[in-house]
Amino acid sequence: MGETKYTKDHEYIRLEAGIALIGISDYAQSQLGDVVFVELPKLGKALAKGDEAAIVESVKAASEVYAPVSGEVVEVNAALEAQPGTINEDPEGSGWFMKIKLSDPSEVTGLMNEADYKAYLAAIH
Amino acid sequence: MRYLPLTSDDRAGMLAKIGVDQIDALFADIPSNKLLHHLPKLPLHKGEIEVERLMGRMSSRNVSASSVPFFVGAGAYKHHIPATVDHLIQRSEFLTSYTPYQPEIAQGTLQYLFEFQTQVAALTGMDVANASMYDGSTGCGEAVLMAHRITKRSKAVLSGGLHPHYVDVVQTLSKMAQAECVALAPDGMAHEDILSQIDNTVSCVVVQTPDFFGNLRDLHAIADKCHANGALLIAVFTEVMSLALITPPGEMGADIVVGEGQSIGNALNFGGPYVGLFATKSQYVRQMPGRLCGETVDADGTRGFVLTLSTREQHIRRDKATSNICTNSGLCTLAFTIHMSLLGQVGLKRVAEINHANAVKLANQLSAIKGVSVLNKSFFNEFAVRLPGNAAHIVEQLAARQIMAGVPVSRLLPHAGLDDVLLVANTEVNRDEDRQAFVDALKEII
Amino acid sequence: MLNRQGRPTIPGDALLSDHPTFTGNKALSQIEPLIFETGRLETTGVDYEAPKPFTSRLGGLERKSEIGLPGLSEPEAMRHYVRLSQKNYGIDTGLFPLGSCTMKHNPRLNEKIARMPGFSDVHPLQPLSSVQGALEVMHTLSHWLMELTGMDAVALSPKAGAHGELCGMMAIKAAIAAKGEAVTRKIVLVPDSAHGTNPATAALIHFIVKPVPVRDDGTVDPSVVASLAGPETAAIMLTNPNTCGLFEKDVVAIADVIHAAGGYFYADGANFNAIVGKARPGDLGVDAMHINLHKTFSTPHGGGGPGAGPVVLSQRLAPFAPVPFVRHTDDGFELVESEAEAAKHGADAFGRMTAFHGQMGMYVRALSYMFSHGADGLRQASEDAVLNANYIRACLADLMSLPYGNRPCMHEVLFDDAWLKDTGVTTLDFAKAMIDEGYHPMTVYFPLVVHGAMLIEPTESESRASLDLFIATLRDLAMAVKRGETERFTGAPYHAPVRRMDETRAARSPILKYTPPQPIMQAAE
Repeated sequence: MGETKYTKDHEYIRLEAGIALIGISDYAQSQLGDVVFVELPKLGKALAKGDEAAIVESVKAASEVYAPVSGEVVEVNAALEAQPGTINEDPEGSGWFMKIKLSDPSEVTGLMNEADYKAYLAAIH
Repeated sequence: MRYLPLTSDDRAGMLAKIGVDQIDALFADIPSNKLLHHLPKLPLHKGEIEVERLMGRMSSRNVSASSVPFFVGAGAYKHHIPATVDHLIQRSEFLTSYTPYQPEIAQGTLQYLFEFQTQVAALTGMDVANASMYDGSTGCGEAVLMAHRITKRSKAVLSGGLHPHYVDVVQTLSKMAQAECVALAPDGMAHEDILSQIDNTVSCVVVQTPDFFGNLRDLHAIADKCHANGALLIAVFTEVMSLALITPPGEMGADIVVGEGQSIGNALNFGGPYVGLFATKSQYVRQMPGRLCGETVDADGTRGFVLTLSTREQHIRRDKATSNICTNSGLCTLAFTIHMSLLGQVGLKRVAEINHANAVKLANQLSAIKGVSVLNKSFFNEFAVRLPGNAAHIVEQLAARQIMAGVPVSRLLPHAGLDDVLLVANTEVNRDEDRQAFVDALKEII
Repeated sequence: MLNRQGRPTIPGDALLSDHPTFTGNKALSQIEPLIFETGRLETTGVDYEAPKPFTSRLGGLERKSEIGLPGLSEPEAMRHYVRLSQKNYGIDTGLFPLGSCTMKHNPRLNEKIARMPGFSDVHPLQPLSSVQGALEVMHTLSHWLMELTGMDAVALSPKAGAHGELCGMMAIKAAIAAKGEAVTRKIVLVPDSAHGTNPATAALIHFIVKPVPVRDDGTVDPSVVASLAGPETAAIMLTNPNTCGLFEKDVVAIADVIHAAGGYFYADGANFNAIVGKARPGDLGVDAMHINLHKTFSTPHGGGGPGAGPVVLSQRLAPFAPVPFVRHTDDGFELVESEAEAAKHGADAFGRMTAFHGQMGMYVRALSYMFSHGADGLRQASEDAVLNANYIRACLADLMSLPYGNRPCMHEVLFDDAWLKDTGVTTLDFAKAMIDEGYHPMTVYFPLVVHGAMLIEPTESESRASLDLFIATLRDLAMAVKRGETERFTGAPYHAPVRRMDETRAARSPILKYTPPQPIMQAAE
């Protein structure tokens, strides 16, 4: 299992053989509150880095999830439709959103590793 | 001044506490050359006696529906509202309460909204209804935009039987939202060919039944062709009581049902406030505009109700909202649900039968007059009549004889070549003497 | 003979919680089931005779399915809705400090007048000769609105504030198109502090929304607007006084910048109650402003509606006002109902906002209110509204945090949650504890530009005694927070008809209508 990397918008990605597993961080889910609905992209959709990839809704808030890397959506976590609360319970495990086949692996190098992300969180508090 | 509790002593004491010596110090951010130093050029305050006199003078210049034989419809209908309804909506806790954003002290509002949503879903034959729109016409516009979001197309086809004001509202909205709108020609006999307009560029087809001319439409074939082409059928009604007697649009394949609820619980009020009813299929609920009330439990496990699925709305999604709508019809929604609760399905069906029976009576009487013909094969409580002369002139002449005979089609469709057509509505308030007076006076005039 | 049988007259000290009731009711606080649980399908609370047999003309489209809705007799209906009403807080219950909503007293004279048959029992499509009084009401209301705002025309028909915003922005879009700039002018500037309806409205008619950051004092900087404005600017949408309760002191400069760039100034009039009779939007450069009759002009909030949102328009926008509108001629009042007819009078109406003519029921109420207050009363009302808000500010500034400092506000005062930091109590908790004290909470978490916003608008309808009690209550609550009595807040409300609702459950598993419970199937042995 590849290393987990983070973005400034609180998404994470985990690489394995050119496929990036993407979700939102524990900090992001705690800010949103109880997730009630996720709008996931269609399979096959082409996303550029920074494109709106998904929308997460809690009771009082809605938040865009931006693609941390460019590529094609090859899988989405269909279980989230019936159990959106998984995002709150296990955001960086079973609460993953989608898998993207990378079109430009070099985009990953600019992202934060876990230690840098923790420092970033401490700084914005 | 009776609405202002502060005395001059209060004001002086409060200014001192704030630490300023005069009230304009609190208006210091207004540029000094824009701060008004004189009162607006308007009359000074008045006591109740004078206000009642002034408003009463204007009121008495209007002819009220109950005071004459009354056959005016075309989208708003004179029905009897039980005394209980108006009494209840004036209770302080209904009249002076706000949108139920704090559910713990708004369970009254939330529960009646839940009951209302249930009633609207049942009447229309749909899965889910919202907590009301402003009125039928704006609801119709919102339904079209909803269809565009769902189908990701932007072309709406409007039946020639859709109320001309509704057509105008949808066309205005479509033009501004850069969407296409094909409005078929007004069609008094429901002969139009809608089916040939439906293909896979169309997002939705909007059909009214009973239509503007009173004709009842079978929507099955239209629904089938829409679905075969990936389009949605939006069914519209302006007379909600018709749903008691005719097959509801939900059972004919409609995807969205929207209409005017004024006939139940709400007075004519010269056009507003009214109440828009909006219902759809479960799969589209997240694309539905307007407020939604849902059931849940509180911290002790007690059943309660809250506004829900709010993330569709403007206060959260802002420029990505399903609509910009903020208010619903509040007190008009309450009036609808109280009246509907008093009626129940038995009472509603009975009133609807009387409406239809009265309309049939009058249609028969009018058809018997030489030169007058009823255009409709089918109708509920309103039909179109062809007169031997200009309908608007005849209506004015009848008005001079204290009879409100109906709406000349030319009032809403001045260029459709239908100047001799009159829309005549009959409800449970019309008596035999009213109909006889109408028929006798019409015979004299033509 | 004397009655010798006495009874105890001092209450004992039995605890409330030890004495549950069979019904679950607590004296006057009653549990009320749904009509679908108490009503019966065969019951009706109205008396109508079945018509004599006749030949139906329904054309074979008779409804075959049962509607499935129960009825109630009149006594049952009365009790049901009275019990529901008793669970609601209203302005008549107590101070209702909802910022931006202007929860002022709803005069009952307005209700009496609105029910005069010549107003309530009149159809919009009666011959115009039979509704001259109704048209006169519309004409007179228009005159008052134009005089109070210093503007040149009014579009009366929008049915609510947000609908009025749509009308104003549509007029702007039409004016831009008339100049041939529809393709180039597409950007609408909207401050971050704006109400959500502003960007939603602009986006609905395909403008591109560009946010304008507010500066540290909570207002908009004209130089920032200047840096954002250009030939692609259609309009700015500004609320004034703004959602932070502050008058935009550079409003004239902002208007000048937008006009110089060729754009239009849309004003959100939600906070007009602060400046009626003190300043006129027309003098500040406004091109279009909607007015919430249900806020500034006392028409009832009715549990969420109906509203009315007429839009005052400048000379530049007046030609584009939608139909219908009233014209006063020598022969009386006319109603212009179609775009073609409007063109005959030199207008270029952009279209129609609604069927019929607008919220007549609300015009009548608003006009009665205006006649009652008059020019002097309306100005006094605005002064009292501003005075009351500042009084609350002055009395709470030592305990609660003001994001823009302890400086004069207008008709509403904005606090944030900085003073709640590390207390374990959130803005939401504080609001819920207010419910137990007998108050509807203030507006919370709006505007979004401050953290944990608390926006308090007392209006002019409060006496000094009422304000003093409110202030004392908030002070007591604030002190309780500082003493660490968090449970009083985090578990609130304790005394309302229901406790805090599970809103997550309502959104994850939406139940949006009543369905009868399924009969329990007997398991086969």
